[in-house]
Amino acid sequence: MTDVQTISIINAVIYLLLAPVVGGLIAGIDRKVTARMQGRIGPPILQPFYDVGKLFEKENIVVTTTQNFYVLSYLVFMVAAGMLFFSGGDMLLVIFAFTLSHIFLVLGAYAAYSPYSHIGAERELIQIIAYEPMIIFTAVGMYMVTQSFFVSSILTSGIPIILYLPGVFIGYLIVLTIKLRKSPFDLSTSHHAHQEIVKGVTTEFAGPNLAKIEIAHWYEYVFLLGVVFLFFGFNPILAVVAIIVAYFLEILIDNVIARVKWQMVLRSAWLIAGTLGLVNLGVLYYLKVVVVP
Amino acid sequence: MTYLTKSPWIIHYDASSCNGCDIEVLAALTPLYDVERFGIINTGNPKHADVFLVTGSVNEQNKQVLKNIYNQMPNPKVVVAIGICATSGGVFRECYNVVGGIDKIIPVDVYVPGCAARPESIIDGVVKGLGILAAKREAMLKEKPSAQQVGECR
Repeated sequence: MTDVQTISIINAVIYLLLAPVVGGLIAGIDRKVTARMQGRIGPPILQPFYDVGKLFEKENIVVTTTQNFYVLSYLVFMVAAGMLFFSGGDMLLVIFAFTLSHIFLVLGAYAAYSPYSHIGAERELIQIIAYEPMIIFTAVGMYMVTQSFFVSSILTSGIPIILYLPGVFIGYLIVLTIKLRKSPFDLSTSHHAHQEIVKGVTTEFAGPNLAKIEIAHWYEYVFLLGVVFLFFGFNPILAVVAIIVAYFLEILIDNVIARVKWQMVLRSAWLIAGTLGLVNLGVLYYLKVVVVP
Repeated sequence: MTYLTKSPWIIHYDASSCNGCDIEVLAALTPLYDVERFGIINTGNPKHADVFLVTGSVNEQNKQVLKNIYNQMPNPKVVVAIGICATSGGVFRECYNVVGGIDKIIPVDVYVPGCAARPESIIDGVVKGLGILAAKREAMLKEKPSAQQVGECR
């Protein structure tokens, strides 16, 4: 086994073990900052861990037992996508695994008979359709700049990718709002508007199953912020600052913007992907800005 | 060691009467009292809830709804009856359509009297319920096989 392989396996294992810790802390800080923005004291930073600990102590109520399988698959494929990413794997494969994991969540919600669960699943599908083009453009943009779909090559290329892909980066931040279930685009779980469609896609998951969905979210947080890191891969300190600023902006947007209808989500996400994303890629192609031969 | 007491998620239901207590429950969720400090989240979903807050006396029309919500909550769970109507029927107890306090329909763990109950006493009642929640968890662990039936209400 070569050194590179060993390092990539170690990275993947570190992600497997530490991502839930980091993701949970991010979620905790998120809730605290949100509370302060609303003039509240807010829950402890460790609150997300208490929540998940509690959910594992509860009874697991399922309508159909296939729900258990779908939720587990959601978690497993989310972890797999993140591990592939952090081991320096192929971006396209990462995106496929990432999308597949969300499809499992949608299937899990459809497996129950509740109309709320079905509405949530439908909205989750719409959200997937909305953000998917921009995620693909992100991978393609990175390929056009660095001539590689492999995360390890993109990271070690030393190219300031953000300078070549400013449009793609802004577009990515906007779909990040959908992915982090933040306010203007938070349709499928109605995370903040409790009771609107009960709890959307997670309505029919109780106890341990809900805890697994929560843990999958933590893995997802770390993976999504890892992609932000990739844009600034040439300077790790700048990359961490960029992640913090990006996440703070997401919390701010979450607190100041009212939620929109699903048509608006689809329209704005595609409009952003079509303008900022495609135009950025088009300009790159036209100028033949390829740094690495 | 149980995490239940650190993250009680609530669901509230107003059975009938004047709705005053329900407004006080919502007041406890505002930034002034900010119950999220204690990890309390207001879920609209019985399947995610640990504490069931009921205000108002129960009537013939909605006793099935009350029972339904209770049965959909996963164990362990706690019911807090808020306000004098929920505890005994209050001034409405003689009405032709009123069944009485909600303990006529579902088992109640904590009674919070008052007309209307103040947000402070509601929070106090929920905190009292947390001790019962932890005890129920213990009991659930001891008799694991029949855990499904604990608290089932037909």
